[in-house]
Amino acid sequence: MPEIRNFTLNFGPQHPSAHGVLRLVLEMDGEVIERAEPHIGLLHRATEKLAESKPFNHSIGYMDRLDYVSMMCNEHAYVLAIEKLLGIEPPIRAQYIRVMFDEVTRILNHLLWLGSHALDIGAMTVFLYCFREREDLMDCYEAVSGARMHATYYRPGGVYRDLPEEMPKYRPSKWRSEREVRRLNAEREGSLLDFLERFTERFPKRVDEYETLLTDNRIWKQRTVGIGVVPPERALALGFSGPMLRGSGIAWDLRKKQPYEVYDRLDFDIPVGSNGDCYDRYLVRIEEMRQSNRIIRQCIDWLRANPGPVMVDDHKVAPPPREEMKRDMEALIHHFKLFSEGYCVPEGEAYAAVEHPKGEFGIYIVSDGANKPYRLKIRAPGFAHLSAMDEMARGHMLADVVAIIGTQDIVFGEIDR
Amino acid sequence: MTGAADKLAERIRGRFGEAVRACKVALGEVTAEIAPERLVEVCTALRDEPELRFEQLMDLCGVDYLAYGETDWETTEASATGFSRGRGREADEGPRWKGPRFAVVYHLLSVTHNRRLRLRVFAPDDEFPVVPTVTGVWPSANWYEREAFDLFGIVFEGHPDLRRILTDYGFVGHPFRKDFPLSGHVEVRYDPERGRVVYEPVSIEPRVNTPRVIRRDPHCARAGGAAGEEA
Repeated sequence: MPEIRNFTLNFGPQHPSAHGVLRLVLEMDGEVIERAEPHIGLLHRATEKLAESKPFNHSIGYMDRLDYVSMMCNEHAYVLAIEKLLGIEPPIRAQYIRVMFDEVTRILNHLLWLGSHALDIGAMTVFLYCFREREDLMDCYEAVSGARMHATYYRPGGVYRDLPEEMPKYRPSKWRSEREVRRLNAEREGSLLDFLERFTERFPKRVDEYETLLTDNRIWKQRTVGIGVVPPERALALGFSGPMLRGSGIAWDLRKKQPYEVYDRLDFDIPVGSNGDCYDRYLVRIEEMRQSNRIIRQCIDWLRANPGPVMVDDHKVAPPPREEMKRDMEALIHHFKLFSEGYCVPEGEAYAAVEHPKGEFGIYIVSDGANKPYRLKIRAPGFAHLSAMDEMARGHMLADVVAIIGTQDIVFGEIDR
Repeated sequence: MTGAADKLAERIRGRFGEAVRACKVALGEVTAEIAPERLVEVCTALRDEPELRFEQLMDLCGVDYLAYGETDWETTEASATGFSRGRGREADEGPRWKGPRFAVVYHLLSVTHNRRLRLRVFAPDDEFPVVPTVTGVWPSANWYEREAFDLFGIVFEGHPDLRRILTDYGFVGHPFRKDFPLSGHVEVRYDPERGRVVYEPVSIEPRVNTPRVIRRDPHCARAGGAAGEEA
């Protein structure tokens, strides 16, 4: 009789399916997981401590780098917490812009999740399809903030600037011919809103394409149905949120339950799963993309019809316009103070949470009245999800671990912070 | 919204009596300070009682109040008079912290009632902060408590597996304490002669780019509103 031995398997931290720098120590019985122990912290940058040493606005850029596939949603929670402490409310147009970009971000995140999740399980084409659409949305990021990923676009009191009237265009170069550039730029005529509207028109069909590849795919179902089942009561106890909670059948979405910005004025539905397995969570996220598309369309219509300011008219918090600075002494002083010292936030504490693509993303700020936060805590949804890895993976096969990592939508920027 | 928060604060005070040292409402959020020895009992009741039903522990974090209200006006490096050139100091006297140094803050969420609650527990001993664990109440506390232990050195009594989680293997110290320098104590580099990564004392000096200031301008008081009153 051959000797049977149990193995301890080291998965990652440099494994393509580990979604970054996850190190998993797996205790195996044959090919069955007996215990999964994630080791995290390989991407720990002490964002919270760094933020304590900088004026409030300097840390907005750090927020992008937390969950680096849903940048603006992270910023959103941060600026909401500061606004709560300052007691200011951004103009309505800024709120619509934020909501619109939150949903753009949600699609961006879910596209990356779908692509990499499918790639991990063995479907290559979806990945390529998803990145095609991501490219368009990245262009929107670029048009509005100048950066394709780390936008730093939201500010306490509004957004950095209004939506641009035209999209950035390609120029002919050694690598791109005149004709090709014309073809690429045809999409980019008109304003950002036009570009985004054209995107929302074609996007539902694109989601159908992804679904034809996966939803009824026998292999996909074999890999996801009944894998990583979390019953609703466990999902609550384990601190799940977002699609992980909704996949288990709990209709909980902060956009509906504790609406922030203008979500209460918009019309959208919350998809809920029933079995709490990887397949349900896949269906929930797919439907969320369709709903986000709906929200974006409503925002575009509103933003077209209602021009207005996008930043509070309070120069203790927001910098004055540049033209004003050239002639007004007062404005110059405001500018100087804001960019040298920043603004002081009243003493107190606040917790602001947004429905991030991955779940509840919260920022807890303790302020002692200084121009820097006294303590900043980032509540990352992925942290709670990954801590349930052991429970979800136990008893499954080694290959299912990859499916579970994928379904949790792990991004190490936010887990390690 | 504020009405509901006041009602919740009232209910918590009435239900738990002595175990709640203080319960206040600020910015529409309820914060209850719980006595550490009765924490588990209070948390279990908060989770299970039908009128409270805080099923989810959304967040748990440590806070170090050592440097609360301190500013960078006085330094020994920047110049002889620190950053305070041309400004009287009496205006900047912030509120200094007089309570215990370490606190653990819990953010609870009730999905049933759509409510949030913040609990704060101060560790009685500053030298060796100990707080009972709530892993038995909410399993999600497991990693959060490990994190607070790692970063602040707060010990959670009864935790099943209290190990470091975010810092490096073999890390010394608790980096988020206010007396831990931002640049840390050691740095790593690859040593080609020894053919491995080596740890060395940090070579960079910490530097303050923007001094920390506390201003009590009329502007801040106006904007602060509710928060200002609490302080």
